[in-house]
Amino acid sequence: MKHVIVIGGGIAGMQCASELLRQGVAVTIIEKEQDLGGKIRNWHKLFPTFTPADEVLTAVRHKLKISSNLKVRTGCQATSITAKKVTLSTGEELKCDAAVIATGFTLFDAKIKEEYGYGIYDNVITSADLEQMFNEGNVRLAQGGTPRRVAILHCVGSRDEKVCQRHCSKVCCVTGVKQAIELKQLFPKADIFNFYMDIRMFGPGYEEMYREAQTAYNVHFVRGRISEVSPTFDNRLQIKAEDTLTGRPLKMGVDMLVLLIGMKANAHNTLLSKECQLQMQSSGFMQPKDSFLGNVTSNVGGVFYAGAVTAPKNVGESINEGTAAAHSVIEWLEKR
Amino acid sequence: MINFGFAINKPRAIDIDRNNLRKSNEIISEMPELQACIGCGSCTASCTAGNLTEFNFRKVHTLVRRGEYQGAYEEMNKCMLCGKCRLVCPRGINTRGIVMLIKRKLGDF
Repeated sequence: MKHVIVIGGGIAGMQCASELLRQGVAVTIIEKEQDLGGKIRNWHKLFPTFTPADEVLTAVRHKLKISSNLKVRTGCQATSITAKKVTLSTGEELKCDAAVIATGFTLFDAKIKEEYGYGIYDNVITSADLEQMFNEGNVRLAQGGTPRRVAILHCVGSRDEKVCQRHCSKVCCVTGVKQAIELKQLFPKADIFNFYMDIRMFGPGYEEMYREAQTAYNVHFVRGRISEVSPTFDNRLQIKAEDTLTGRPLKMGVDMLVLLIGMKANAHNTLLSKECQLQMQSSGFMQPKDSFLGNVTSNVGGVFYAGAVTAPKNVGESINEGTAAAHSVIEWLEKR
Repeated sequence: MINFGFAINKPRAIDIDRNNLRKSNEIISEMPELQACIGCGSCTASCTAGNLTEFNFRKVHTLVRRGEYQGAYEEMNKCMLCGKCRLVCPRGINTRGIVMLIKRKLGDF
C-alpha cells in the first residue's frame, strides 16, 4: 500500500487526506498543534454567506473517517520533506511515497505596526480578536460598555513594504465588510467606518455584500490609510487619515479600532526552501510549479502543495486545493 | 494692531467629532443609495458644469457626508441638472436626485 504524508492538519490538509484515503492510500497527517483543524477553529462566521466556520470544519472533519490507514501525529513539525522521507522535529524519520505540504500561513503580528497601538491601547484589536469575541458572544469595550463608533482598518501587514509584506492578503477586504455588518447587527446605533486603500471584492457575492454594507447597513467607507492612533483625555482613540477622495486630512475619535491583519508566509518556508530545494516566492510563500497547470505541484517530484502555503486563499479555495492535490498525488503514484 | 505678516491658518482637517452630522445623516437616510458611491469619478468626468467650472459633484457629496457643508449649497447651484451623471453612474445612484436633496437640506444653511 502506498503511503503519503500530509504536513498540516488544517482544512486543506484534512480534505487532501480524506480524498487520498478514499482512493486507498495510507495517510499520515503531521500537525504542529495538539488538535487538527487549523486557523478556521478560531473563526466565527465565513464570508459572504455568514456560514458558521464550525459547520464547515465539522463537515471536513466528518469526511476524514477514522481508519487503520490514517495516522495523525500532533505536536510536531516537519524539518525536512522529500518524496521518499519526512523528518520530524522529534528526530524521527517517516518513509513515504509522496508528500503534501499544507502548512498554511501565519497571521501578521499587529504589534509590529506600533503606530496603530495594538498591545498599547486596550481597545485596539485585530480581526482575529474580534472573531474570538463574536465566538464568545462578548463584543464589548475593554472598560465595559458598547462601542458607539468603530473604525476598521484594512491592509494591516499587507501591501506594506515597511513590514516586508508587499503582497495583498486578498481576504481581509471582504472580512472587513463582513465584520462591519456583524458589528452593525450587534450595535445598530453605532457608526462603523472602514478605512481602505482599494476594496478588492474578488469572489462571487462579495461585491453584493459590500453594496449591502453601504446601503442597507450604512457602513461608512473612507479611502485612506490611518496614519496613527493616539489616546484622548476621555479614554477614546483619536485616529488620523487622509480622506483621499476629498483631498483633506481627517480625524475622529473612536471607541474601538479593528485591524484587519494580513496573511504572512510561514517562517518555516525559508527552511523548506533551503533544506529541500523547494522554490519560494519573494513574498515568502512557496512557489507552485505553474500558475495555471501546476498550482498544487512543487518543483520537486513527489512533493505537492495544498492551500495557503503558496498564497493567501479563502476557505473554499483551500478545500478545493486539498482535493486537487490528492488527485495530483494519485496521478504521480500511478506513474511509479 | 500692527500686522507683522504672520497668520494662523484654520485647520484643514475634517474633524468628524466637531462636525454636526445631523444633516448628513438625514441625507443618507433619505437616499441610502448615496453611500454606495465607490468614488470612480464617472459623474465628474461626464459633468457638463464640471467641464466649465470647478464643480466636482463626487467631492462635494463626499464632503457633505462627512459633515462639511460650507459652500456645498453654492457648489450644487452650479449643476445644470442635465442628468448625464445619472446615466453613467455604475452604482445606479440617482445623482440628480442627490443634487436636489443636498440643495433642499442645505438651502437654509
